[in-house]
Amino acid sequence: MIQYYFDWSVITRNWGLFLEALALGLGLAVVSLLIGSVIGLAAAYARVSGKRWLSGPVWAYVEIIRCTPLLLLIFFVYFGLPEFGIYFLDKTQSFILTLSLYAGAYMSEVFRAGLASIPKQYVEAAKAIGMRPWQRQRWVVLPVMFRITLPSISNNLISLFKDTSLAAAIAIPELTFVARQINANTFRVMEVWLTASVLYLATAWLLATLLRQVERRYATIR
Amino acid sequence: MLDFSFAPGTFWFEAWVARFSLLNGLWVTMSASALTILFATLFGVAMGVALAYGWWWLRLLARIYVDFMRGIPILVLILFTYYGLSLFGINLPAYWAGVIALSAFATAHIAETLRGAVESVPAGQMEAGKAIGLRFSQRLRYVILPQALRRMLPPWVNTGLEVVKGTTLLSIIGVVELLLTNQQIVARNYLIVDFYLFAGLLYLMINATIAWLGARLERRFSYLRY
Repeated sequence: MIQYYFDWSVITRNWGLFLEALALGLGLAVVSLLIGSVIGLAAAYARVSGKRWLSGPVWAYVEIIRCTPLLLLIFFVYFGLPEFGIYFLDKTQSFILTLSLYAGAYMSEVFRAGLASIPKQYVEAAKAIGMRPWQRQRWVVLPVMFRITLPSISNNLISLFKDTSLAAAIAIPELTFVARQINANTFRVMEVWLTASVLYLATAWLLATLLRQVERRYATIR
Repeated sequence: MLDFSFAPGTFWFEAWVARFSLLNGLWVTMSASALTILFATLFGVAMGVALAYGWWWLRLLARIYVDFMRGIPILVLILFTYYGLSLFGINLPAYWAGVIALSAFATAHIAETLRGAVESVPAGQMEAGKAIGLRFSQRLRYVILPQALRRMLPPWVNTGLEVVKGTTLLSIIGVVELLLTNQQIVARNYLIVDFYLFAGLLYLMINATIAWLGARLERRFSYLRY
């Protein structure tokens, strides 16, 4: 066992950098969750549509994404898409694209379960009072489904936030990348990684607490 | 793109040239996954029992551990372990640092699912065990765990899939597993799409096999519920 002297000045000197990186990671997660939710919702409707030519490809999309490592997807999109003539994505955009596709697969499962759990009577009641198909979805099915799936959505947001750490692999300056850089520059291993861990933990915990408030707010039917 | 001629610069030729490194990468990925799943299952079950039945201080410690592990990204844990262990004079190769980090991470997940499974066993089972005079270890061994482990099977298989996917992160600390092998090959011949698709296909096959084995296990150990 060697002697180790903690020197927290490395952290205080770079505190702004840490916070910026944390905000970037959080932003990436939120944007990807939003895009992923749109993809997921469309995919979920395709899955329950009962049309084989719609649900088949969507099933393949979901299974492929869920069985492939995220890091591989990141590299494939970042390095592979230019081979298909798509040059205009910078690394942040390409990461958002990857994480959105990834989130879309997971969200589609969440939404599919949500759609399946809505009692049939709700839709029948909406029909009975003369709502059009899209009105039934907009005013009856979606609000109920949103409430049911809210806990899963928040779980997904937190795990997406943790997945943004993989953006470090393509040099996006989020928390893991910055921590690694400071670690390499200063060799303050313990301070740097403890700080990064605590920042991730605190943010995940804060997100969970906040989202639980939102869940409680929307759980009551007024 | 996919081209079936066998000349330098085509996928099949390059894959054949690199066959030994690809096999090695596949082996590293599979052995790291298997070791991680083994360690994580052993420690995870022990920790799950501690979470459910431990003394309050043991439960508290296990709870802190599990929440810490579940709150930080696995990549941070891998880097922390890799750079941190050497501070304590433990100079492990990157492979072992990675396996330790992945195991520590998966242990927390398995502990949490086992706790859930144990708590979903009706309390009457424990009481019935007490009533016929079984000691705590016997109740655990013959009554609670056989039921809890069956319920834990589906999430356990999911954790296995996560572990296989997680081994790709070992490439970041320089373990030459399947993904890094493919990256090295791509760096040599620029067949980006071919080799990443190939790697993806291999991961898909590994995971499909695990999922299939899991489904078989579930069928094998399922029993009629009363």
